[in-house]
Amino acid sequence: MDKATRPGPDARQLAENLSDIHPPLDKFQAKTAAAECLYCYEAPCTRACPTSIDIPTFIHKISTDNPLGAAKTILAENILGGTCARACPTEVLCEEACVRNTSDGAPVEIGRLQRFAVDHLIDRPTEEHPFDRAPDTGRRVAVVGAGPAGLACAHRLAMLGHQVDIFEAMPKPGGLNEYGLAAYKMTQDFAQREVKFVQGIGNIEIHHGVRLGEDLPLSALQTSHDAVFIGVGLGSSNDLGFTDLPPEGIEDALTFIERLRQSPEEAAARLPERVTVIGGGNTAIDAAVQARKLGAREVTLCYRRGRDEMSATGWEQDLALKNDVKMILWAMPVKVLGKHQVKGLALEHSVMSEDGRLISTGEKFEIETDLILTAIGQKLHRASLGDLELAGGKITIDAHYQTSLPGVFAGGDCTATGEDLTVQAVEDGKRAAHAIHDYLSQ
Amino acid sequence: MADLGCTIAGIESINPFWLASAPPTDKKYNVERAFHAGWGGVVWKTLGIDPPVINVTSRYGAHHDSTRGLIGINNIELISDRPLKTNLDEIRATRKEWPDRIIIGSMMAPVEKEAWQTLAVQIAEAGVHGIELNLGCPHGMCERGMGSAIGQVPEMVQQTTAWVKEVVDIPVFTKLTPNITNILWSAEAAAQGNADAVALINTVNSIISVNLDTMAPEPTVDGRGTHGGYCGAAVKPIALNMIAEIARTPETQRLDISGIGGITNWRDAAEFISLGANAVQVCTAAMLYGFRIVDDMIDGLSGWMDTQGYINVADFTGAAIRNVVDWNDLNMNYDLKARINEDKCIECGRCYIACEDTSHQAITITQMAEGHRRFDVVDEECVGCNLCYHVCPVPGCIEMEAVDTDRPYMTWPEHPLNPMKGAE
Repeated sequence: MDKATRPGPDARQLAENLSDIHPPLDKFQAKTAAAECLYCYEAPCTRACPTSIDIPTFIHKISTDNPLGAAKTILAENILGGTCARACPTEVLCEEACVRNTSDGAPVEIGRLQRFAVDHLIDRPTEEHPFDRAPDTGRRVAVVGAGPAGLACAHRLAMLGHQVDIFEAMPKPGGLNEYGLAAYKMTQDFAQREVKFVQGIGNIEIHHGVRLGEDLPLSALQTSHDAVFIGVGLGSSNDLGFTDLPPEGIEDALTFIERLRQSPEEAAARLPERVTVIGGGNTAIDAAVQARKLGAREVTLCYRRGRDEMSATGWEQDLALKNDVKMILWAMPVKVLGKHQVKGLALEHSVMSEDGRLISTGEKFEIETDLILTAIGQKLHRASLGDLELAGGKITIDAHYQTSLPGVFAGGDCTATGEDLTVQAVEDGKRAAHAIHDYLSQ
Repeated sequence: MADLGCTIAGIESINPFWLASAPPTDKKYNVERAFHAGWGGVVWKTLGIDPPVINVTSRYGAHHDSTRGLIGINNIELISDRPLKTNLDEIRATRKEWPDRIIIGSMMAPVEKEAWQTLAVQIAEAGVHGIELNLGCPHGMCERGMGSAIGQVPEMVQQTTAWVKEVVDIPVFTKLTPNITNILWSAEAAAQGNADAVALINTVNSIISVNLDTMAPEPTVDGRGTHGGYCGAAVKPIALNMIAEIARTPETQRLDISGIGGITNWRDAAEFISLGANAVQVCTAAMLYGFRIVDDMIDGLSGWMDTQGYINVADFTGAAIRNVVDWNDLNMNYDLKARINEDKCIECGRCYIACEDTSHQAITITQMAEGHRRFDVVDEECVGCNLCYHVCPVPGCIEMEAVDTDRPYMTWPEHPLNPMKGAE
């Protein structure tokens, strides 16, 4: 494998490959798309949105040349509406619920319309923030993690009059928005622009390089602040569980995406010819499609079940196929081949047994590959959480987002509130902020 | 295929589709293109006494929907700004080259007998099939005592019609303005002036929009604007009513009617004809899409006539007039109920919120399995108003069903609760 001579994309081609998967709508396109909306009452799309954005109202505002009003309608429920417009699997949320599917066979383009409205507000020359802070309460809340849950919680807490300190382990804020979403969903440094917008409300300070547990015990935060919100996400990735792995050529898919988000050129330069992704979720698709876009000649996605069982949406699966990602279904990896460097992957065909269990047929086969990216789920990084009570691998919370420790709240992927989606994390952060406010008001 | 030939004021036209007096009929070049496209006739853009008027820029304003579809336009253009002789020479030449097409000469003049009569004779001598008296333009010319300034005074309508009738032996169409309290007053005046036909409606006086940056009405001429004539699809309902009133009123029903006002397609034309128009005139739709729209008008109308079994246009001319009555002649005992077809319903909730907020709270929502919603009509509350039926985005999902009340046809004058009943 001689990477120096491999014909990869040049800088211009790479930028084009990683450009917006859904290009932004211009004003006329937005009004045309908005005209498709029937302005439903108690709309199914709104009910399908974890943050309950009043979608018909914001779309109506776009149709009347009021994009600023539209953006405020969105952001009032979902302060990260800009990221959600880009990264939400709308095809299984608002757009799946759209009544236009029934009448016309296709939904209103809610995601793109939301992006049009929010971009209009965020791209304004003024930095005037659309929401006001309530009078200062004199209370100070610690938020752990500057990802979607933490940012949403911090913003709402600031709105309610509290002072917020966010503690973030990574050098940049944004969490998975910055490090985990596919580059073609988050172009032009949007995650950072959005964080800046969120902080525009004031009274939110982000402290970087501070990791819960290691740098900062939870007990210290309980002392220094009036309440704590934990939105740390899922810090660790599941591994294949094999022994004797070669030291070179296996990487966690999220680490791969993190690298390429920070430097696509470097990630492209280090990318070998043949990449195999193991997994069936949206992260697996993100990794596979981006590997293709970065120039890998042959990208294979291996999943132990069928397409119907994948957690990746149909739209994401189609995206992979459109990008010539080869799918090997009903096959489970049994051994990674290669001594010092990955040479291939041994798999066994799998089937569903009559009693509904996934079993091997015993038929073995091997594929050649240079890099294996694992996207087989994440788990909570337990070590950092001290005495917090956990259940099912997530932080236990009550109906008011409070953990087993009084005054310590949690939300987002580290809790079991819903699907592990940006939009769910935002909703958790928002609701937890209100719960914290109630707690502090007692 | 149905015969689209029609007769209006004694003039036989190959089809009922004429272009109205307006920019599209300003000169021979345009008129010939219209005839090539298939239009049966044109009313030449209004001629006045020389020297010709001078127009301003800009001239048109627009009423858009949210996706730039045009609901209507308005204009502040005056009558023909070319010398009279140029127009008459071109009319003469076009008549010769297109013997089977109709050309009507439109005219206006100050309220002086000699002015009207001299101009009418000059136009008639150019070989037109008829003359249309423009008593309707609501902008510009009315400030010079012409157009709607005449059309709004029934005595002047009668007078100018009579003057022209005295000196020409071709049919005279008196074109009426809708900018008047009661169209019957000016229609009756035209009849008394011996008009062969009335043409209506002219444009509706309007300010179509305000530019909120410059704080000036549009169209804007060097920072200022004026009221202009509104036309296009939006004015069709106004025109239909005025035509029906003339067609069903004994004093005016002898008049032939050239129907004008927002006619955009064959269906609009059929509606005008069913209410008594003997032929129709089109302007805005041609200005938006070009003369080619007549192609659909021709085969759309004849195709519809074939399905209805109408052999010619006269077969259905005025067919709907007998069903246009005063409110007092409506049956108080008729009852409709909305029926929502659950299989066609897409669960948008528009019927519910329209009825709940603005009508009679006659629709209920029931939450069903898997997040579905069912919408039901409460018959006891439903007054059969049609609002849900109109707001429903799915054709055929809501239907209005006549319920058998087992009660006789009863008008308000006959109704037992009418306090005036005893007095009669």
